Amino acid sequence: MSTQSPSKVDFAKVDEIIQSCGAKKSNVIAILQKVQATFRYLPEDALTYIGTKIEGLSPATVYGIATFYNQFSLNPKGKYEIKVCDGTACHVRGSMPLLNALKAKLNLKDGKFTTDDMLFSVDIVSCLGACGLSPVIVVNGKVHPKMTTDALNTVIDVLLQKERGE
Amino acid sequence: MTNTLFIDGKEVEFTNEPNILEVIRKAGMNVPTFCYRPDLTQFGACRMCVVEIEGRGIQTSCTMPPEPGLKIHLNTEKTRRIRKTVLELLLANHDRECTTCEKSGHCELQKYSEEYGIRDIKFPTKQKSEFLPLDTTNPSIVRDPNKCILCGACVRACAEFHGADHAILGFANRGSKTVVQPMAGRNFINTDCILCGQCQAVCPTGALTVVSDVDNVWKEINNPQKKVVAQIAPSIRVALGELFGLEPGENSIGKITAALRRIGFDLVFDTNFAADLTIMEEGTEFIERLKSGKNLPIFTSCCPAWIKYVEQSRPEYIKNLSTCKSPQSMMSPVLKTLLPKYFDGYTKENTVIVSIMPCTAKKFENKRQELSTKGIPDTNYVLTTKELGRMINEAGINFKNLKEEAEDSPFGDYTGAATIFGASGGVAEAAARTAYELVTGKELTDVNLKPMRGVDKSSRSKEMELDLDGTKVKVRIVSTIVEAEKALKEIDEGKADFQMLEVMACPGGCVNGGGQPYSFNDTTIKQKRAAGLYKEDAELKFRKSHENPDIKKLYAEFLENPGSHKSHELLHTHYEDRFKGSYRDLK
Ligand code: SF4
Ligand code: SF4
Ligand code: SF4
Ligand code: FES
Ligand code: FES
Repeated sequence: MSTQSPSKVDFAKVDEIIQSCGAKKSNVIAILQKVQATFRYLPEDALTYIGTKIEGLSPATVYGIATFYNQFSLNPKGKYEIKVCDGTACHVRGSMPLLNALKAKLNLKDGKFTTDDMLFSVDIVSCLGACGLSPVIVVNGKVHPKMTTDALNTVIDVLLQKERGE
Repeated sequence: MTNTLFIDGKEVEFTNEPNILEVIRKAGMNVPTFCYRPDLTQFGACRMCVVEIEGRGIQTSCTMPPEPGLKIHLNTEKTRRIRKTVLELLLANHDRECTTCEKSGHCELQKYSEEYGIRDIKFPTKQKSEFLPLDTTNPSIVRDPNKCILCGACVRACAEFHGADHAILGFANRGSKTVVQPMAGRNFINTDCILCGQCQAVCPTGALTVVSDVDNVWKEINNPQKKVVAQIAPSIRVALGELFGLEPGENSIGKITAALRRIGFDLVFDTNFAADLTIMEEGTEFIERLKSGKNLPIFTSCCPAWIKYVEQSRPEYIKNLSTCKSPQSMMSPVLKTLLPKYFDGYTKENTVIVSIMPCTAKKFENKRQELSTKGIPDTNYVLTTKELGRMINEAGINFKNLKEEAEDSPFGDYTGAATIFGASGGVAEAAARTAYELVTGKELTDVNLKPMRGVDKSSRSKEMELDLDGTKVKVRIVSTIVEAEKALKEIDEGKADFQMLEVMACPGGCVNGGGQPYSFNDTTIKQKRAAGLYKEDAELKFRKSHENPDIKKLYAEFLENPGSHKSHELLHTHYEDRFKGSYRDLK
């Protein structure tokens, strides 16, 4: 039924988190933060579960909270988390063409942001504070400045080669 | 205490109105609204209701409480400009195909755009290629996201009537990406929606509408091989006329019957007949449960939205549900079985039964497997009040001028007990009238059980104790799942002191059902409809179901006794544990 849950959610873990924070509506943000810390994203089934477990919240309401705040991600994280900056400086220097090239390279279609093999995930973020180096992408914390489509493709190719054990 | 304020220079009194908007409307004036619905909490989001108040500037009238001496202006240059801008912004993001929109003619966005003379839109407008697909998976409701204006009325209706834990619709995302949708943008079918249609009843636009069976029914009517038979639910007679300029509550059953015949229905019967039958069966079942002490309190089973709720969210209480089918679902097999005995040319196979219902959830009920024979629903099609209104228009019938006609016989006769089924409390009152006489053997001299009546917001939970010759029986009557859940929690905790629980999912019962004509801003309409039903009850010769001569005949000639083997075959049903596939079913 769920539209995107590549791995099964361990509900015992979610239960533990709910218990540790207190099963109260007012604690929902804290609960979501811990769930995200545990799973590295917010799986849809976990949101549904929280919605059925806490009085005063429904799955739709929890989903609404999770999508309202930028700190939450509903996409599963790949082994390599790629952040594409779309702050003003990066935007005017071509972050959107970069993003499109990246999605084409990773074959991400229909609003998907994680590759099927869970190797790469892509997030769009706002200003990373490196405007002088724009446009900027960040891969697992490493900043790649003044990106071009070609440079981006190389970055990905290097990672792919590494994965293939070359 | 009465105070006064000034609206456009006119001194106007106010007492306990919650906001300026209500004061304006009570005084016979108006400002447009989208997000305000009088039975729901105030939201203050659309800004259509703005007024200018001297010394306070621009205010949304739906959120500001009245104060003595305020000088309020409704139509200043500023307020008109704000409203026009609101409209233009909404229209820029809207699929503006009005001519083919289900809500056309009843849509508030269309209405105000017309009233404000919006002719061109200054903002970049959304292109067809950006429109999203419709959700047509729900048997009762269609969701068209391209028509949503984010007023949030549906979100509040679902959450406030059925509980924050149930809320099927919600806001998601933020800023320009904000949407109103079921959990994670799923199709309705993959949620715990109980199909009551209340979200659709408050939606100002075509974003939420009722699934239409109008074309299917025309097809059957135009098929010479088919005999098309109508059954009309209790609450239709006091509501349908509104679509043709009659007053809410005015009983137009004679005109409805005439209209159905003009449309081409071969026979016209009354679901009220089956409501009397329900009382015979459910009354008997109740008395048996009282004797055995088993599966009490008994829950009424007329409302399919309530049934779905129990099946999916409270399956542990399935055993408490009365096994009686709803009146709609009793009527159809009775007709299909017995019409061939009374009318030439009718067979089970060539008879098509169309029920006229106030209810969107009935479109789900009729498709239930246990209420079908060889895959064909016993009630072939369900039309809501609104859909019948459309058919009457399509047929070019001048409803107001129709001469009244009587329904067909037998199965057209009914008592006052049946007609009040359409209002919250009616089923319980009808059951009590019959149970009293069956148990005590005495005549119930005053059949007006007033504590069971009332359909306004403050009457969503009612209670009455009956004295059945020494045996005290308590009846709890609720409408909305919020109130039903309170009753269930009392049972959970062993605190419940009632033996019968009547539940209607819609606030006030079927007079306010999701299939009824729109009554966006007038909460008194449902009260007027209910008053119309109690008026008919008072005027009818028979007011207790067991006195219905046709019902007596049906038992004498065919069914034998209430609860007999034959009755069970035709009139009783079983329920399904729907936990599987519900929200809670995750592991
Ligand atoms: S039909 Fe009823 S239960 Fe379903 S979303 Fe609408 S209001 Fe909620
Ligand atoms: S679906 Fe209708 S009621 Fe719900 S927010 Fe959209 S326009 Fe308002
Ligand atoms: S209260 Fe009446 S109209 Fe509403 S869902 Fe139940 S049966 Fe249908
Ligand atoms: S805009 Fe990208 S780093 Fe500031
Ligand atoms: S803000 Fe008052 S009606 Fe919407």
